[in-house]
Amino acid sequence: MTEQRGVKSIVMDGQEIERCLTRIAHQILETNHGAENLALVGIVTRGDVLAHRLAQKIREIEGVEVGLGSLDISFYRDDFLTNMSPEIHATDIPFDMDGKNIVLVDDVLYTGRTIRAALDAVMDLGRPARVELAVLVDRGHRELPIRADFVGKNVPSSRDESVRLFLQETDGHSDVEILEIAPGRRAGSAPLGKE
Amino acid sequence: MAFNHKHLIDINEYSASDIMQILEMADSFAEVNRRKVKKLPTLKGKTVVNMFNEPSTRTRSSFELAEKRLSADTLNFGGSSTSSVKGESLVDTVETLNAYNIDAVVIRDKHAGAPYIVSQHTPAVVIDAGDGKHQHPTQALLDLYSIWKRRGTLEGLKVGIVGDIAHSRVCGSLVPALKIMGAEVTLIGPGTLMPAAPDVLGADYVTPYLDDVLPELDVVYMLRIQRERLEGAPFPSLREYHQLFGLTKDRERLMRPDAIVCHPGPINRGVEFDSYMADHPERSVILDQVYAGICVRMAVLCLLLGGAENASA
Amino acid sequence: MLLLKGARVIDPQIEIDEETDVLVDGERIVGVGTGLSAEGAQVIDLSGKCLVPGLVDIHVHLREPGGEHKETIESGTRAAAHGGFTGVCAMPNTNPVCDTGAGVGYVKQRAAEVGKCRVYPSGALSVGLKGEVLSEMGDMAARGAVAFTDDGRGVQDAGMMRRIMDYAAMFGKTVMVHEQDASLVGEGQVNEGVASTRLGMLGWPALGEELMIARDIMLCELTGCPLHIQHITTAAGLDLVRQAKDKGLPVTCEVTPHHLFLTEDDITLAYETSMKVNPPLRTQADAEALMEGVIDGTVDCIVTDHAPHADWEKAREFELAPFGMIGLETSLGLMLTKMVAPGIIGYDDLVDLMAVAPRDILGLEPVKIASGSVADLTVFDPNLTWTVDAADFESKASNSAFLGWELTGRATHVLVGGRLVMSDGVVLD
Repeated sequence: MTEQRGVKSIVMDGQEIERCLTRIAHQILETNHGAENLALVGIVTRGDVLAHRLAQKIREIEGVEVGLGSLDISFYRDDFLTNMSPEIHATDIPFDMDGKNIVLVDDVLYTGRTIRAALDAVMDLGRPARVELAVLVDRGHRELPIRADFVGKNVPSSRDESVRLFLQETDGHSDVEILEIAPGRRAGSAPLGKE
Repeated sequence: MAFNHKHLIDINEYSASDIMQILEMADSFAEVNRRKVKKLPTLKGKTVVNMFNEPSTRTRSSFELAEKRLSADTLNFGGSSTSSVKGESLVDTVETLNAYNIDAVVIRDKHAGAPYIVSQHTPAVVIDAGDGKHQHPTQALLDLYSIWKRRGTLEGLKVGIVGDIAHSRVCGSLVPALKIMGAEVTLIGPGTLMPAAPDVLGADYVTPYLDDVLPELDVVYMLRIQRERLEGAPFPSLREYHQLFGLTKDRERLMRPDAIVCHPGPINRGVEFDSYMADHPERSVILDQVYAGICVRMAVLCLLLGGAENASA
Repeated sequence: MLLLKGARVIDPQIEIDEETDVLVDGERIVGVGTGLSAEGAQVIDLSGKCLVPGLVDIHVHLREPGGEHKETIESGTRAAAHGGFTGVCAMPNTNPVCDTGAGVGYVKQRAAEVGKCRVYPSGALSVGLKGEVLSEMGDMAARGAVAFTDDGRGVQDAGMMRRIMDYAAMFGKTVMVHEQDASLVGEGQVNEGVASTRLGMLGWPALGEELMIARDIMLCELTGCPLHIQHITTAAGLDLVRQAKDKGLPVTCEVTPHHLFLTEDDITLAYETSMKVNPPLRTQADAEALMEGVIDGTVDCIVTDHAPHADWEKAREFELAPFGMIGLETSLGLMLTKMVAPGIIGYDDLVDLMAVAPRDILGLEPVKIASGSVADLTVFDPNLTWTVDAADFESKASNSAFLGWELTGRATHVLVGGRLVMSDGVVLD
């Protein structure tokens, strides 16, 4: 599968991503008064990688292991039947969600529909004490009343652009790119694997 | 990626990658089905009719649960309220259901070909939940799933199917499905329970001698002996059947150490198995199959209802 | 008087195959020859067409009495005339079963009132087709039954079959048999083998037919009663008939166009109930053997086993649909298209199979294209290409597996007893 790259601009490079994540990790600890009762849940397929990095940073700062899970929200999407995703990644929450302070982690916050679906999924999985949202990029254009608690960078964009995060772990390089949307493509996460 | 099928009626129309897609999606539902809240909103607003024109508890429950866990509205139609009892033809019944604007029909019927008739008279997705002695594709898929999970692959596996092949709709779908996935199939049973042309199903070998082939098999699939169908007397007694074709502790010595045992249920202890084999913690996957049934049927419902949406768009 | 001009007249009985004229006066032919003319005669120009002795189908279900929603004697004989037949032998499996003189009389009377062609009634071998008690064959023969049969069922008990043949022999009528061993066939739906396995339905084994053919041929040898094997379908069954004929036994057999031109492979996962017939469609090898039997003369005649059913009876699950397909209006076209046109058989063979042998088996007066013969005549256009269409059928039913087939050759005129019942392809009211 090859994608029309059409890169318009690179809005964050790898180092900038690292700095943002470090800041977000500090903010999370600050807001939650430490790492006690804290758990991170990343939304596949980039949020889970970010959550993993955040957990690592929290370990470096506080010396504690926080709960870390990944969430596939395919079956909760309101467009699942019309835009069937080629592969479903299993949801993996290896801790009890009840009473936890959950931080949902995603790459790019856009319409808010993904987060709406993720909140539904989280509620089905347990009864957390509170849920917060951390995103690396907020590109605007919300369609639902949803707002992030922790934002790496606000990136103004137009609706006919796609803002995509690439990560060393999944893509071989790390940056945030603004791309032209190729006809017939959706403005969602960058597809995994070879492009 | 759209799923390129409108219906699930004939397993032979599905490719290995179609089947793999179903099994992989089923696997993600396996996780969901272990949650505290075993419900997804995926099929919210969809109406699924379970049209069971023949008594069935297991398949019907499994479908119903699968539908409910995907938040579909389900309508059970059949049993003692079956229209055919009142003289209405299948075609007229389907036309009536169409007026409810249904999205899918899951049909079990004692007559071969009934799902095809339904598909010709409704715009809805049609899923064959067993038609006569012809096919039972979701059973075959859940069998494949269970075997795949235990053995990690299907390709190259040597699968032996034992018992009443001739009257088995399970075989009608399972044998072709195993062949599609690259397994090798041996049918085992007395001549009275063999179909007239087993090669048509895709069987590689046919034999009445279980003990001869048991040492080769990776999977031993025991078919249910339908006590209610024995009036034709295809064998002299359940006792003799058990002696010749029953999977027993004694016979286990002939089996490969990693061979597993399947059965579509419900099992007859003392006929297809002794209790030792039926309950064998390492070998028996019978309960896995029941669990797999819900997951696989959820996947089939999702893929077909998603595929239908795309097809009509 | 009716002057039929310029047709190619074909009648192997008198070895005629030439363009000539035929003059009909009243019931009979009064002249055959070129350049005939007759004062005041109605002249019909038949140039380019073939004129043959009237075709007879000795295996037809007219369904009356009791099954009038499927077909009536009126609609069935209209269909027969439309297909080019001047006479049909009606099967006795009506409701009530035609197993008495009164039953035979009823069919004859209705046919006289409303029939478009001749109806030769057959009577049951056993009371109610049950295979248990001899029917009153003497009374039925006296009232006009031309033959006896339990068509639709085989006579299961060998002793009973022997009694039937011993008894029937004295009336000089042929015993026609539907060969089906119930213990082997059971609820069989399609040919046992590839079709039954592929479609997941109970098989109807070839042996269920062949075993009965073997038995009845041996009983024929014992009793001397003329035996006619109905709708034979298998290669091995045909071999048994071939051997019996070699021995000089009075054994004949018939084959249907659907067993010649369709096989079990034509039934798809759409479960076409139009192809649910009894005996079932067999293998390609069987169909080829039947074809060979037609060529070498082992097969005596072509019949349709015209079995009409209402659309709602066929539009259901295969296992619930009744057996049978209609055939009167497609038989000649199929034989012309699939057998004569490719040169597998000649026109004289066709006349033999569809006109001469059928009368001979029933012991009817022969029809010849010669002065003095009864004017039961069929005219067909061998070059007319048409598509089989239910809307075009005179039959009440449309359960044909040949719908949509393009055929070349069909009947245009039919005379029954000198009376024109079809003209230019239209059945006259």
